[in-house]
Amino acid sequence: MTTAQSTEVPSKTALPPATGTAVRVQNAVIKYGFIFVTVALFLYFALSEGSFRESATLLDTLRYVSVAAILGLGVTLTMAVGGMDMSVGAVAGLGVSVAAQTMVVFNQVGTVAILAVLAAGALAGLLNALLIVVLKIPDMLATLGTMFVIQGSKLILVDGQSITPGMTMDDGSTAPGKFTSGFLKIDRGTVLGIPISVLIFGGLTIAAWVFLARTRWGRVLYAIGANPEAARLAGIRVGAYRALAYVLSGVLASIGGLILASRIGQGDVSAGTSQLLEAVAVALVGTSVLGRGRPNVWGTALGAVLIGIITTGLTIKGLPYYTQDVVEGAVLILALVFSFTLSKRRTS
Amino acid sequence: MSPTDISRAKAAVGLTDVSMAFGGKTVLASVTLDIAPGSVVALLGANGAGKSTLIKILSGVHTGHGGQVRVDGRPVALQSPLAARQLGIQTVHQRIGEGIVPGLSVAENLVFEELAQQRGNPFLNGGRLLARAREIQAGLGLDWSDTVLKRDVTELGISDRQLLILARALATRPRLLVLDEPTSALSAAEADRLFALVERMRDDGIAVLYVSHRLGEIDALADRLVVLRDGRLTEDQAKPFDWDAALRAMLAQTQEATTARPVRPDASGDVVVSLRGVRLFEGRAPLDLDLHAGEVTGVVGLLGAGKTELARGLFGAEPFGTGTVALDGKPYEPRRPADAIRAGVHLVPEDRHADALVPGWSVAQNISLPFLRSLSKAGLVQRSREDALGRATIDALGVVTRDEHSTVEELSGGNQQKVVVGRWLAETPRVLILDEPFRGVDIGARRDIGRRARALAAEGAAVLVLSADVDEVLEVADRVVVLAAGEIHLDAYGEDAERDRVIQTISESV
Repeated sequence: MTTAQSTEVPSKTALPPATGTAVRVQNAVIKYGFIFVTVALFLYFALSEGSFRESATLLDTLRYVSVAAILGLGVTLTMAVGGMDMSVGAVAGLGVSVAAQTMVVFNQVGTVAILAVLAAGALAGLLNALLIVVLKIPDMLATLGTMFVIQGSKLILVDGQSITPGMTMDDGSTAPGKFTSGFLKIDRGTVLGIPISVLIFGGLTIAAWVFLARTRWGRVLYAIGANPEAARLAGIRVGAYRALAYVLSGVLASIGGLILASRIGQGDVSAGTSQLLEAVAVALVGTSVLGRGRPNVWGTALGAVLIGIITTGLTIKGLPYYTQDVVEGAVLILALVFSFTLSKRRTS
Repeated sequence: MSPTDISRAKAAVGLTDVSMAFGGKTVLASVTLDIAPGSVVALLGANGAGKSTLIKILSGVHTGHGGQVRVDGRPVALQSPLAARQLGIQTVHQRIGEGIVPGLSVAENLVFEELAQQRGNPFLNGGRLLARAREIQAGLGLDWSDTVLKRDVTELGISDRQLLILARALATRPRLLVLDEPTSALSAAEADRLFALVERMRDDGIAVLYVSHRLGEIDALADRLVVLRDGRLTEDQAKPFDWDAALRAMLAQTQEATTARPVRPDASGDVVVSLRGVRLFEGRAPLDLDLHAGEVTGVVGLLGAGKTELARGLFGAEPFGTGTVALDGKPYEPRRPADAIRAGVHLVPEDRHADALVPGWSVAQNISLPFLRSLSKAGLVQRSREDALGRATIDALGVVTRDEHSTVEELSGGNQQKVVVGRWLAETPRVLILDEPFRGVDIGARRDIGRRARALAAEGAAVLVLSADVDEVLEVADRVVVLAAGEIHLDAYGEDAERDRVIQTISESV
């Protein structure tokens, strides 16, 4: 907004000569401020706490944030089309129950469980798409509704009980199956020393980035988010693309559910509930991380890493676990200040 | 006292050496202008000449300008929109949507400003409010009954909304009223209503600064005209105006004040689009219309004539309910814009902000949006090809921009419109529909776009231009069709489509 052609919408902050640098500094703060904070915190923890420096701690941190990050990628996709998927936590929780049900109750192998979980995620996404695209319910309200429905139907599915290997079933028999060792490796196994869940997180981040930032489909999603009518009049099938975003978000959430199921090792009824806010927070932090002011994949991934570093660092520093929510909330608000307050001033 | 001092002392609002710079770039350079009470001063200028900046200074939006602003001879500081209003400077902005509060009644909207500032009794009193609203509308002779006043404001048509905003501005008895393109959304008859109101204000002693691109209006209404170019006042005339000089001051490169009318082509080309029995409105006669290759067909009509319905129907944005359409002899039934685009039918929509531009995107990205598929390989957008397309479009239409990576918001209105037009030329259309392509566009950009449309027709496409402005259509079209309430009232070429005849047909059809 400070270029020679900006006569129609001049930037208000741009005052005579000296401001050139001031504006540049402000832009740099907006663009790199968050990365700087992340690196500074990392160095602080690494220099002050020996255990933080160990590669196992770092990998654990990434492993810990991988679920919220993957869910956040789904939220990012739905934010790109101007929406918001509030059901990702519930869908991940559903994934945990479906995985447990498939393996423990129906005594199936891990591959079947994985397919069942992915299918459940896609179905949940289709349900969201139906409500939003066909029945025209506002995104946030629709997904808030599905969040409750999915959480509730999951409870019905498992009779309100956590599914554990060897548990007693309704007919008095013992559950025949267990979490297969292969399935448990999703979160616990490593390849070349890197946890498989971290590799999944990395792979999905790259895939989502290519999709959203480099392909025409991603471009179209952003166009719909920025001006849906212009997108429609440019020949874009807006409904189909919005549905696509929600289905992808559902599938990503179910992948998060797979990692979570593998981590817990049982069908915990409450799994996934805490993931929603973290996922949304990560995606919102992501919109501000690179100063883009719009949802973007690298921002979301970096946001997840940042929250992971802060949580792990503070835990090592001896902060009780129950302070975690406050810390994460503060990070989110700081991010919102970056993306709304500061960048607004820059562009208005 | 010298004569200038006297006129200065008498001015309702005076500017002395007012200047403004953004990021080191001078947008206004030492503008000195006195606006006398009871006079209408027209402000002319191409897009980017500094008009918007001047208006924003007067309305208190841009602070920190150089020079001095005086109200009734007293130097004042216009620090905020509220300060400007309290000093008696009321501005009616071009985008009237910004002044309307949907969900409130017409009456509540009329007294909105007083409501927002009112001290004392914080409880709304329906009766008192309605009485005040009645008073305001009666003072302006709007003839709005209580039923109208009680309606939700969104039920008002665009022209009545315009009048509402004007009435609200006038209710405060301003010293200076700034009108920014007040007729850009109005039909001729509605504009007449507005002119009557402006004349009444002038007779009441209010000073009016009238910003418009429409020379006919200025000729009829203004007592004086000033031209702004590159941030400087380059022309100052009293009535009667020398239009040739005014236009030259505005656009230095053009010599002639009017463009030559294109002549009728020797022979009409093949029929490209053929509409049969298409009904634009319920209960209106169905319409038949053929569009020929190599021809620019101009459709003139007032607001509500069915122009936009025709354009959107052909483009599949709102498919026609009845009748048949053929494209190059084959049945053509677009159910959505994607179908139309595949068939080579492109639409430049009426409202570029709402319906075409993607905010925050670069010029190149805005151009490539409909044709991303052909710029992609395995789904990946080939950026070098996208940029090349952006540069080619910038060159072809003469878009004034830093480069293809500038965001569209950095461009002036006329150049934004060129981007939208250029987008639809990225792949050569068989049929190009331009709905109000010259709205809020300066004359230079208007000619560039018109030239490009004619060139496209010369290459064999059928071009359809729809506008409420007769002169705009006459400037670009080979053939003129007058549309009123969804029916065709005139369909003529060349000499048969003389300005007077077209205007007469329109007025008879109302």
